[in-house]
Amino acid sequence: MIEIENVRKSFGSLEVLKGIDLTVNKGEVLTIIGGSGSGKSTLLTCINGLEPINSGRIVVDGTEVHAKSTDLNKLRRKLGIVFQQWNAFPHLTVLENVMLAPRKVLGLSKAEAEAIAVKQLTHVGLADKLGVYPSRLSGGQQQRMAIARALAMSPDYMLFDEVTSALDPQLVGEVLDTLRMLASEGMTMICVTHEMKFAREVSDRVAFFSKGVMAEIGVPQQIFEAPRNPETAAFVKLTQA
Amino acid sequence: MFETALTSSDLLFLAQGAGMTLIVTAIAVILGTILGVVFGIFRFQVGPWWAAPVTFVLDIFRSIPLLIQLVLVNAFLGMVLRISLSGFTVACMVLTLYTSAYCAEIVRGAVEAVPNTTRRAARSLGLTWRQDMSYIVLPLATRVALPSWIGLALGVMKDSALVYIVQVTELLKSTQILITRLQEPLFLLLICGAFYFIISFPIARFGGYLEKRWSND
Repeated sequence: MIEIENVRKSFGSLEVLKGIDLTVNKGEVLTIIGGSGSGKSTLLTCINGLEPINSGRIVVDGTEVHAKSTDLNKLRRKLGIVFQQWNAFPHLTVLENVMLAPRKVLGLSKAEAEAIAVKQLTHVGLADKLGVYPSRLSGGQQQRMAIARALAMSPDYMLFDEVTSALDPQLVGEVLDTLRMLASEGMTMICVTHEMKFAREVSDRVAFFSKGVMAEIGVPQQIFEAPRNPETAAFVKLTQA
Repeated sequence: MFETALTSSDLLFLAQGAGMTLIVTAIAVILGTILGVVFGIFRFQVGPWWAAPVTFVLDIFRSIPLLIQLVLVNAFLGMVLRISLSGFTVACMVLTLYTSAYCAEIVRGAVEAVPNTTRRAARSLGLTWRQDMSYIVLPLATRVALPSWIGLALGVMKDSALVYIVQVTELLKSTQILITRLQEPLFLLLICGAFYFIISFPIARFGGYLEKRWSND
């Protein structure tokens, strides 16, 4: 369970998160929608401790992320994250990209790490690209590789930060299909996305962020068909036009 | 010009000089690179303010002509500190620091060239700072730094000619000794140049080979 309590976060004088309260349960798929600059991506990077927070707290399975005593490297094994820019390690092959963390962080043997990597890459449909360098892959393939890389650590939670935003339109589908597959397998996921159709289809709950505040949260049907907050209504109307 | 008094033992003498050039260069480049990597990462990691003292010292080694450094360090060690070191040791020390000063700049620039987002992805997988450095940052930075580093190594090899000033008989000094005896400066300098070329060429080619291999990624 991820518990977010009254989290505030500023970049300099700009407050990007203005007191967020949110709980994500095991097995749940939560999508976060909202305009750019609403703080939704920042929240994800705070959850796995890549960014410090100014006040409040984030607790993952009983561990407070920003407590001084927390071993962030250990905590991050539970939290897979995939970014908008897929960030392949360009000097490693696809297989090596996925094997690196299981070997070095989990301390698995080469054979064990390779077995896991092959399994995850097959899972995302890249079984035929193992020995290829990332520069030879399309954006969609690189993004699926990044997903496999995160999954290879057997995380309990997956955070997706606008993973289709930097892709050519014809490549979006293959990545969303991968996310759908994970959701159907019961992975706990938080997806920041601009893909409304996707959000509506796979989410257990949808949260709408606006100017650093969570303006509304609810089941997809309610958010998309009967939004209570006028800003949500305006946003939904605009994105569905 | 093609009638020469050069004997095979003279050629051997030149080859010994070339050997000395090679040894001094190898020591300076290997130790200087290790130090340069440490200084370069340190400067990148702590930021310009805290790195200022190190930067200042390195700037001194980069901006004062090598010849002057050799004379001053030799005099300082011998006359002020009263430590008697061989010319060879002093030459290696100075040339090492000189190399490290340039290498630190190359390393800092190359590490900065690794995208922050890539490092973020590495850290988000649970890699520690050290692991991120060893498996992601340094391999990528090496590819960026290689052409400049090869240039530095070749430069140091040629600059090592200046260590004659602390009584080290390297390639150029051996040539000068022969010139004094045989009075055939052009011919001897031609041979000396050929020796330098024979040392440099494989290094340059090896660099080119690595560059080509890595660009296939």
